[in-house]
Amino acid sequence: MDSTVTTGTEENVWGGGNQPLGASYGKLMMWFFLVSDALTFSGFLAAYGFSRFKFIETWPIADEVFTHVPFFHGNYPMYYVAFMTFILIMSSVTMVLAVDAGHKLQKTKVIWFMFLTIIGGAIFVGSQAWEWATFIKGDFGALETKGGRILQFVNADSGERLALRDFAETIPDERVDHEKKNGVWYYEGQGLPSYSLNEVAEGVKSNPNVLIRTELINEDGHKTVLTRDETLKKLNDAVLVVEGANLVRNEYGSRLFADFFFFITGFHGFHVFSGVIINCIIFFNVILGTYERRGHYEMVEKVGLYWHFVDLVWVFVFTFFYLV
Amino acid sequence: MAHEHKLEIFRGLLKFKSNTQKIWGVLIFLTLVTIVEVGLGIAKPEALTHSYFLGMKVLNWIFIILTLVKAYYIAWDFMHLRDEKSSLRRAIVWTPIFLVAYLIFILLFEADYIYHVYTDGFVKWNF
Repeated sequence: MDSTVTTGTEENVWGGGNQPLGASYGKLMMWFFLVSDALTFSGFLAAYGFSRFKFIETWPIADEVFTHVPFFHGNYPMYYVAFMTFILIMSSVTMVLAVDAGHKLQKTKVIWFMFLTIIGGAIFVGSQAWEWATFIKGDFGALETKGGRILQFVNADSGERLALRDFAETIPDERVDHEKKNGVWYYEGQGLPSYSLNEVAEGVKSNPNVLIRTELINEDGHKTVLTRDETLKKLNDAVLVVEGANLVRNEYGSRLFADFFFFITGFHGFHVFSGVIINCIIFFNVILGTYERRGHYEMVEKVGLYWHFVDLVWVFVFTFFYLV
Repeated sequence: MAHEHKLEIFRGLLKFKSNTQKIWGVLIFLTLVTIVEVGLGIAKPEALTHSYFLGMKVLNWIFIILTLVKAYYIAWDFMHLRDEKSSLRRAIVWTPIFLVAYLIFILLFEADYIYHVYTDGFVKWNF
């Protein structure tokens, strides 16, 4: 008769008055989401592991790919990612402090810690954007062979990497970017690289100290450098000049490396970005006093869970992309 | 909402006076672990890159174990799983661990098989 009336059934186990897991509905649903999201990320990372084990001998070495730090020139592997990791852990800490202050109903403290968390998140997303831009732009340039292998160049004397601009010849020829406005036959055009294949090949031939470095990793964990004779012979296989990275070509080596880099860090970056947005919403709610009136700051705790999860995922991405 | 916090980490080795203090303690620990990871990653000690355990470099095992340690403290102290009921904690932790371990096992074995097809088979890929 009065089955829709909930008062009175609160004490009843089957009437919903029982919390076997000791957590509220909202918190449980957040955990449901986080566990499923963790499985999505695991799927990505396991797929990365699959491709890597498949090409275990030729996979790019992350230390040689991510070597840049903003405003500094030179070779600084990993420092910047370590900094990003620290920023994210730090913003996780301010988030816990916000949750902790929320438990004690200290509104001003919650506001300040939420603010710091948002700043940390913004710095991280910005860093990731910079990392992407650097990765896409590339720095040394390489050749691609018919079989899709990447050939990089090193200096025979110092063993250091050589950029195409260091040795490529300049041969005057018809190098004009084909643009849409120039022809009715236009379907799609490919942008011209800074140097043509011919210019790079001539550069290699005229500079005896240029050697080709292949993708193959030798027993010491370094990429194999060919001899001068092998270099000149290998040069004939090259069909393309590759600069930077995109979803199809990648000057750093295996194309899948770039694909996974874009997908995994991109998916994670999107999580951080949406985390920042959600944090902002909660931040303004705290300022407006929504949770003060509600009597508890559980909402801060719930977005906190999401925010820590993003941090947790980054810990794994950091290991599998940059360290291992 | 007045949760009770468990204020011990390292199985009671380290006790904190308040939750805030514990958070800073965990931060210091996580930072130390990250510094060790980055240090090892840059130095790449010969002894660790040339020795293998179960087909993987010892250095990589160290990285993965340290990552799991970090993950544990993020989940236990930042996501306060330490303070939740053990049934909730187990449901959250063991479900993904089981599924992911299974997935990794399958995919890595399959990948290793394909690697051998490429190296020992008649597929020409380097041309």
